[in-house]
Amino acid sequence: MSAAERSNNVQDLEQFRLEVRDWLQDNCPESQRQPITPEEQYYGGRDSSFPSDDARIWFERMRDKGWICPEWPSEYGGGGLSPQQGKVIKEEMKAIRARAPLYGHGIWMLGPAMLEFGNEAQKQEHIRDILNGTIRWAQGYSEPGSGSDLASLQCKAEDKGDYYLVNGSKTWTTSADKADRIFCLVRTDPDAKKQEGISFLLIDMDDPGISTTPIELISGESEFCQTFFDDVKVPKKNLVGELNKGWSVAKALLVHERKLMSELGSDSPREIVVPNQAARQYLDFEDGKISDHELRSKLVEYDMEMHAIGLTHFRTFEEKIAGVRSAAPLIMKYAGTEAEKQKSELLLAIMGSQGLGWEGEGFNRAELDTLRLWAMSYAMTIAGGTSEVQLNLIAKNVLELPQG
Amino acid sequence: MTLVLNEEQRLLQDTAREFLQSSAPVTALRALRDNKSETGYDNALWQQMTELGWASIILPEQYGGLDFGFLGLGVLMEEAGRTLSASPLFASAVVGASAILIGGSESQKETLLPAIAAGELTLALGLEESSRHKPTLIATTAEAREDGFVINGRKTFVLDGHSADQLLVATRSEGEGNTPKGISLFLVPRQAEGVTVQRTIMADSRNAANISFDNVSVDRHALVGDLGYGWHVLEPVLDRGRVALAAEMMGIALECFERTVAYLKYREQFGALIGSFQALQHRAAYMQTQLELARSVILQALSSVDESPEQLPLLASLAKARLNDLVQLVTNEAVQMHGGIGVTDELEIGLFLKRARVAMQIFGDTGFHKDRYATLCGY
Ligand SMILES: Cc1cc2nc3c(=O)[nH]c(=O)nc-3n(C[C@H](O)[C@H](O)[C@H](O)COP(=O)(O)OP(=O)(O)OC[C@H]3O[C@@H](n4cnc5c(N)ncnc54)[C@H](O)[C@@H]3O)c2cc1C
Repeated sequence: MSAAERSNNVQDLEQFRLEVRDWLQDNCPESQRQPITPEEQYYGGRDSSFPSDDARIWFERMRDKGWICPEWPSEYGGGGLSPQQGKVIKEEMKAIRARAPLYGHGIWMLGPAMLEFGNEAQKQEHIRDILNGTIRWAQGYSEPGSGSDLASLQCKAEDKGDYYLVNGSKTWTTSADKADRIFCLVRTDPDAKKQEGISFLLIDMDDPGISTTPIELISGESEFCQTFFDDVKVPKKNLVGELNKGWSVAKALLVHERKLMSELGSDSPREIVVPNQAARQYLDFEDGKISDHELRSKLVEYDMEMHAIGLTHFRTFEEKIAGVRSAAPLIMKYAGTEAEKQKSELLLAIMGSQGLGWEGEGFNRAELDTLRLWAMSYAMTIAGGTSEVQLNLIAKNVLELPQG
Repeated sequence: MTLVLNEEQRLLQDTAREFLQSSAPVTALRALRDNKSETGYDNALWQQMTELGWASIILPEQYGGLDFGFLGLGVLMEEAGRTLSASPLFASAVVGASAILIGGSESQKETLLPAIAAGELTLALGLEESSRHKPTLIATTAEAREDGFVINGRKTFVLDGHSADQLLVATRSEGEGNTPKGISLFLVPRQAEGVTVQRTIMADSRNAANISFDNVSVDRHALVGDLGYGWHVLEPVLDRGRVALAAEMMGIALECFERTVAYLKYREQFGALIGSFQALQHRAAYMQTQLELARSVILQALSSVDESPEQLPLLASLAKARLNDLVQLVTNEAVQMHGGIGVTDELEIGLFLKRARVAMQIFGDTGFHKDRYATLCGY
């Protein structure tokens, strides 16, 4: 029996849970069980160093255990476990508030897409590097002229015999200035229909001809960049999937991105403030009830929304295991990111002027973080496909409404 | 947690859908309305339903029940919502049977439950005394006498109240005002002396009644649960009713939504199918997101009745509030997106709209359940 088959047994899964619990108890350093700050997030990469010794120990233990990505195949360094087991690990980590040992586009997006579309040589070359944190990836999809209408992209790759010659630019490339490589969508056939002339290329950020400039956000952060490609030579082995068929890889990857975004908030580097706890701290109560009716009503609406979203996450997981197909996964990006925005607005309202501090004295860490997260929450309903585009996709793919 | 139906429940769903669509489609409700049916439902249909075991779906086997649990019931309620099928399923097989199951003495269970299961007996709950759901605001009195009690008062919005064989009446046996303490439940035959039933005609063409009790005498055995502690029975019964009703509203919303989406693919204006207009697409897609969230909420609420009743109050309020909002959104949009034909009596959409409004009031509107949910969360 394989590990995955064994895991279908409820009793074995409970046994597994106990083992995970013990292992985490013994191996997760105390300092790695607290909310993480942006500076403490480990993204790996060629020039990376660990924020602390404990962070390094924690990462190495998880890596050696195969639990960075427990469900990835073991032949490439993954854990080879079942989705149920993967979920148990996630839950047990959450229970002790263990930090994620590694962050990044590699484990979140590229890895899963490559496991599906990459050839054997690519999997051998890249998956282990992702899991070992040796290579940090950036995502090069959007262009200044191509956002929602991604398939209109212009950055081009010409076939020059042994290599592709890439010219153009990508924008919004998250952490491109710190990344070692970037996965890009490029136009390889300018004459074909929009979606049919696009390919998926892996490009090394150290290659000659690449430059990046940062973009600052309203949250004050600037982990985003514009990246320029000027006669960059990319070896042909770096094409993932077939030539001109990159759109299917791109779509699969977006599914992972949206799933990730719909679960956001649970793994934020900032101090997470729970609205109904904030209410206790900042609002007046009368007979056990929040006396501001408007806020009480908004709070309960938000709590109910999150309750429903949480249950739906759980349902999508159960459906996946039971082999039942439903539209639930397709609505989650929209629902999850809109709720996150709703939450931020609510927290500002609950905190009043204490929620408006940008920096300096007079505000505690949670208050300052709340404001930054509020500003960041707007990005969530834009990045990875705007809310409007999500609704378009539901109309098209779920409801199969006629396209104009 | 169980958020996916099992094989058995899916089979039940298929059978229920087939049966209701052929034996009790929306036209059947229309006929009941147009013929001013005496009972508000078709007794022959109800007998067929009981033969299928629907009246005993949640009852344990020892009382002649199918023991399918609330997930099984939810499937039936949802399908009944899709066809707006009128029957005593909710009032009797869910609310009435649950009250006996939770609060009844062993002898009440042994005599009443098999009769409910067999379709020989129907119950109705007499609770409300005002036009809004206030389950502990009870002025109807039950005064102790030598060998029984005397009931006086007036109930409103009693679902199936004018056709049920027995009425389960919430009374106050001590104290006054709006408190759970002192509430007692009694079973009163509808035909008992002093009971006056006034049938009302409501928007949904079903049954509700105003009932007055004028020195109605009942004996000691008519008490369900402990004297003065009826709330211990009533609260879980109401929550079961809320969850079941939410499942019916899920069916109403789904059916209305699917009909509307089909219309968007069929109706042409400005030389295009109206479903190609993005303004309508986004509203339809938004409804889809709400339907998906509601689906999870319903399944969790239904399964908690059997698996984790301690969570039921919170989940029942979540389910009723969310489904109230959903059914309002979907029925409103359905009428609007159908255009002029949407406001005609000929189109069935209007019947869904009306049933939705009634269902939204039964056992608590959104405000009631938001308040309760917040209170349960400690704010
Ligand atoms: C914080 C952040 C991080 C990001 N990270 C990355 C990254 O790492 N890599 C990467 O490649 N990209 C990244 N992006 C880019 C992101 O994918 C795009 O911003 C997004 O797809 C929207 O494109 P746009 O900004 O050009 O907006 P536009 O497409 O210009 O949209 C403007 C407005 O028009 C609306 N709109 C557009 N088309 C339609 C339509 N058909 N129907 C209805 N409404 C429409 C949109 O919803 C929006 O409201 C990131 C973006 C942000 C904000």
